[in-house]
Amino acid sequence: MSIFVDRDTKLVVQGITGRDGSFHTKAMLDYGTKVVAGVTPGKGGQRFEARVPVFDTVAEAVAGTGANTSVIYVPPAFAAGAIFEAADAGVGLVVCITEGIPVGDMTRVMPFLAERGVRLIGPNCPGVITPSQAKVGIIPGNICALGRIGLVSRSGTLTYEVVHHLTRQGLGQSTCVGIGGDPIIGTNFIDCLRGFQEDPDTDAIVMIGEIGGTDEQNAAAFVREHVTKPVVGFIAGQTAPPGRRMGHAGAIISGSSGTAAEKIAAFEDAGIGVMKRPSEVVALLQAQGVA
Amino acid sequence: MNIHEYQARALLKAEGIPVPDGDVAETPAEVKAIAARLGGTVVVKAQVHAGGRGKAGGVRLAKTPEEAEHVATSILALTIKGLPVRKVLVVPAAEIAGEAYAGLIMDRETQRPVFMVSPAGGVDIEEVAATTPEKIFRLAVDPRYGLLPHQAMGLAFRLYHDLKQVRAAASILERLYRAFVRHGASLAEINPLATTGDGTIVALDAKMVLDDNEVERRPDLAQLRDPSAEDPSEVLARESGLSFIKLEGNVGCVVNGAGLAMATMDLVKYYGGEPANFLDIGGSSNPEKVVNALRIITRDAKVKAILFNIFGGITRTDDVANGIVTALDQIDVGVPIVIRLTGTNEAEAIQILEGVGMTALNDMDEAVQQVVHRVGEAA
Repeated sequence: MSIFVDRDTKLVVQGITGRDGSFHTKAMLDYGTKVVAGVTPGKGGQRFEARVPVFDTVAEAVAGTGANTSVIYVPPAFAAGAIFEAADAGVGLVVCITEGIPVGDMTRVMPFLAERGVRLIGPNCPGVITPSQAKVGIIPGNICALGRIGLVSRSGTLTYEVVHHLTRQGLGQSTCVGIGGDPIIGTNFIDCLRGFQEDPDTDAIVMIGEIGGTDEQNAAAFVREHVTKPVVGFIAGQTAPPGRRMGHAGAIISGSSGTAAEKIAAFEDAGIGVMKRPSEVVALLQAQGVA
Repeated sequence: MNIHEYQARALLKAEGIPVPDGDVAETPAEVKAIAARLGGTVVVKAQVHAGGRGKAGGVRLAKTPEEAEHVATSILALTIKGLPVRKVLVVPAAEIAGEAYAGLIMDRETQRPVFMVSPAGGVDIEEVAATTPEKIFRLAVDPRYGLLPHQAMGLAFRLYHDLKQVRAAASILERLYRAFVRHGASLAEINPLATTGDGTIVALDAKMVLDDNEVERRPDLAQLRDPSAEDPSEVLARESGLSFIKLEGNVGCVVNGAGLAMATMDLVKYYGGEPANFLDIGGSSNPEKVVNALRIITRDAKVKAILFNIFGGITRTDDVANGIVTALDQIDVGVPIVIRLTGTNEAEAIQILEGVGMTALNDMDEAVQQVVHRVGEAA
């Protein structure tokens, strides 16, 4: 078991012939992900790497291959359009890697997805990986290992840093989800916590948050009420100045709201083990009884 | 991206929102001419991207054109929160009978634009929000339909009782929403939304923040950027495609990825140091980015040591190592450099660095401890 992606994931890649799309599609194929189709308008009928059929539209790709999940690598100006298209074509899960989508575009995307019951992961995220089953996005497969820790994060390379510590010290992962660094994202911490809590193959959960917004505070309240599995967490940005966007569009302290201190306090109140440094992850999990 | 008050005023005016007369100036002589044209008492307002302008002496009244010129001379000599004042806005001093507040923000929680209005506007709106939040009325707008007429009226009735004023305010709110959407704003605020002596409602002050991602694809918005109102290092960084924010410490940081960059700064602090900056070189392995990163960091004389923290996932660590070697050929850094790299092609990267007599560490904690120690030695 796992959450969101697994052996049954049949993936269509939007932007498969682009620079990023082709590079990461090769990596996903090498990992063993079932990439069943690609989409680039005007390149329908071609084959990617002589094996993956390319279609002009997502609807044709879904009709022709039964794809149930889409991953998006198209430039920001077209990315919101790509999410609409995927949702309209009937896939159940859309993973949007693209960084730089205007927030106004996302406010129009979200109700469209809700009406169709489509889950979005991202945008501006590294994607999701269920080790030895499916890699959807850009998380490097070689740092992950199959195991029983569920991980959810707003970051990319900081996630890799923490996963690296887990894997090196013998704690594999059930699924790692990068939910993205934008102010408006599809899947949030709570969605992932609920998934991991219900997943029989996840024993404990690692949450990596950062400054900006209230998603971590809401997640902490959810943990207190609904999560019985051990949870440890990290918040990046303790030294970030207020009012400045720290790389991620969503990583900004507004006034006195969204600070690291506020989020850490919420974690502590909910009994979440708070890492002071990324390297403490394994020790903290062990302190919560994870072998 | 922040824009100036005079720019926000112009965007609201173009949308049909009543805004008092006035003009922007860069010299005291221009201010004098504007004041003479407006006649009567004027207000001269510093145009900088910083709050608390009034308290810093950046907003002053002047009764005559001569006084306006004099006042402008002192305001244009000010530095407010580290930002030199280069422009002032000159507006007629209005007789104000009442001050309301109207703001629109992109709300993360509801994932919609949310209106906030209050009959208690003016400089103390933040205190109103903190102490009497019941005086602030909120409404989330469904972006598919925009602000509906009855919603605009409903909000306006929270602000005024006179039907004429209610209708005027509703029209202003509808136009504020249109300006917000048209220009890809993350915030648009009229404070005060003032009632003048004759009962007219006008936008006396305006503030807008535009979504950087929208600015990226809209040349018409990009031209509103005022590079003179930003830190020069940050302008240079943006032009080099780097995400950079200057801080007050002395440990320069070069990191790939925003989350890891923040965590690196935090770890510097954890081990007793102070980070000099946030810098994300992104996923690209282009050596030019490393060169520019080092150029920008070494502009800051306070920097006593530089830390590289690279986690090679998509980024190839050997590419970064090549970038470091190239950069050090081109610039004399003059301070110790500590390099941590791990992940994709790290063996090759270490070989490249050792080839020029440098070493690299594998562990983030160890690297941060070492760079903090080197700063201690330099002090």
